[in-house]
Amino acid sequence: MATQTSFIGQKNKKDQVYTDPWNMMFEAERTPSFYTGSEVIKEAVRRASCDMMVAYPITPQSEAAALCGELFAEGYIGDYFRGESEFAVMSQCAGAAFGGARVFTTTAGPGTMRAMENFPMWAGARLPIQMIVTCRGINSPLSIQPDTLEISYLMQTGMLVWHAETAQDFYDWILMGYMVSEEPDVHLPLALCCDGFFVTHTKDMVNLTPTEMCLPPYDPYRSPVPCMDMECPPVRMMRDPFVMKSNYISYATHASWQQEVWAAIERSRKHTIRWMNGLIETENTDADVVIVASGTAVSQSREAIAILEDEGVKVGLVKVKTLRPWPGEEIKEATKHAKHIIIPEFNVTGWLAREVSATIPNNERVHAGPHVCGGMTMPPEIIASEIKTVLGMKVPALAGRG
Amino acid sequence: MTTTYRVMPGPEHFLPPSASSMGIRLPDPGQAHIHGSIVSEEEAMEQAAREFLAAKVPTIFPGPLVLWAWNEKAAKKAKAVRHLYETIKDSVDPKLQQAMLIPMPDYRPKYPKINPEIEINPNHPNLTIWHNKIDACMFVGVHCHQANLSLKIIRGGTSCYTVAMCAQAGHEDAMLSFRDATAEKIGRLADWVKKLKGTVPPPE
Repeated sequence: MATQTSFIGQKNKKDQVYTDPWNMMFEAERTPSFYTGSEVIKEAVRRASCDMMVAYPITPQSEAAALCGELFAEGYIGDYFRGESEFAVMSQCAGAAFGGARVFTTTAGPGTMRAMENFPMWAGARLPIQMIVTCRGINSPLSIQPDTLEISYLMQTGMLVWHAETAQDFYDWILMGYMVSEEPDVHLPLALCCDGFFVTHTKDMVNLTPTEMCLPPYDPYRSPVPCMDMECPPVRMMRDPFVMKSNYISYATHASWQQEVWAAIERSRKHTIRWMNGLIETENTDADVVIVASGTAVSQSREAIAILEDEGVKVGLVKVKTLRPWPGEEIKEATKHAKHIIIPEFNVTGWLAREVSATIPNNERVHAGPHVCGGMTMPPEIIASEIKTVLGMKVPALAGRG
Repeated sequence: MTTTYRVMPGPEHFLPPSASSMGIRLPDPGQAHIHGSIVSEEEAMEQAAREFLAAKVPTIFPGPLVLWAWNEKAAKKAKAVRHLYETIKDSVDPKLQQAMLIPMPDYRPKYPKINPEIEINPNHPNLTIWHNKIDACMFVGVHCHQANLSLKIIRGGTSCYTVAMCAQAGHEDAMLSFRDATAEKIGRLADWVKKLKGTVPPPE
């Protein structure tokens, strides 16, 4: 049985060399390129040795899915098609992953919600599918604009959930994501989220790894559950359901199964920390005021910090990179000196503030806001204003700016 | 995350937590763990051998990855598992101890009709352990997900000492776990059993 390492140094049909992933990500020369987030998805997938990509059109991920179609036409993806709906897409992804394929898909907003039933199924079946979620509004009235509410639902599915701030994060994390999620002690699906449009439809400088290098192929025989190999015995090793039985044993087994999925998320910490240099990034956490944010709220917070610095107010920053696994210990440590913890979010409910509040001691320090949603931008001035208000400083009214 | 939790023989709880959620971390290559503490592989070899020699019913549970000769490595491992079983059998006192080799041929739930004398099932491993009064066991060739499921259920409801000889990253839910198992590694464990034969007091 071939292992992943046995492929390293060999070429695929596009003349790309299967490369040691660590070497590819950290030692190979990078080329600065000016790309949109959607184009960056395409470039990452070009190097990811994906066997299959299925998607259904929904803004703002449609462009990335269409670009991946070009990759299929060029021969970089094994199979590619459009499903009948997001629910169908995610079920088809499951079928391919059950059979031992490395699978990639993209979705957004209502598409994520429509397909939701599949995500705990993916996690329970230990399928390391990677799904890009280009977050947008999910509720009526219809909005295609950025809004991160859907992430709060994904966080309870048993999937790994990461939240990219920039196109560079996106590029690196797509490739690293497969390395983490395919570890046999993890082997879970990954929802790699970004704030739609802000990341997908804006251009940024991104340092790309060489086109002629790609990840080694997925090895389904390292899976913690039997691969559905119809040619090699044992072939009948399906994930037989025990839920149809009504007795103590079946309940206890199901409970234990669920715990095992969440145990696998915990195990992903070690691998994620190695690949992503930690679950969070911090700056100036000795300040009295610390912002904790994820996604593009981090970028806006950096601008707010610069504004406040000019006015003599020092503010620290915690960039949360992974939501599952949840970096609870890291956030606790990074905020231990903070008198005020500001949590700006692109959603109405403030799910990140809730998570942080449930994690740290003395959580009256948490200020859940500012919040924007439904596609609104978050001007750095409103973050600065929130901080000044918390500090008892005078702030001009920002209403009526638009 | 620092933890005071230790992975010990049960019965632990109505629904015990996964060891991972309690902060137990898996060993790196070349290491093993005993009760959740990282140790050298040799230390774990000695401890596992002692557990087998001190048990009334030391048992090996081979799973599908070694029960079927689906590749050369599997066939070699199966021979090594058989050799380990024979070594344990030859090293214990037949009047006081009974070594067993009970397969886990597949993972389909078989309750309420499982025959616990001839097989073990990951969904209700406690039935086989209770029926045979197994007090020390080793999982080998079981897919990691199913092994973790079983190991946790065993810890929850029985007092059996669990060892995992895992071909991948190891198991926190076992009381003692090796990782990156090979036929050679299983053979080394048999050598430890042979070496310690007669030095470990038999069970009362």
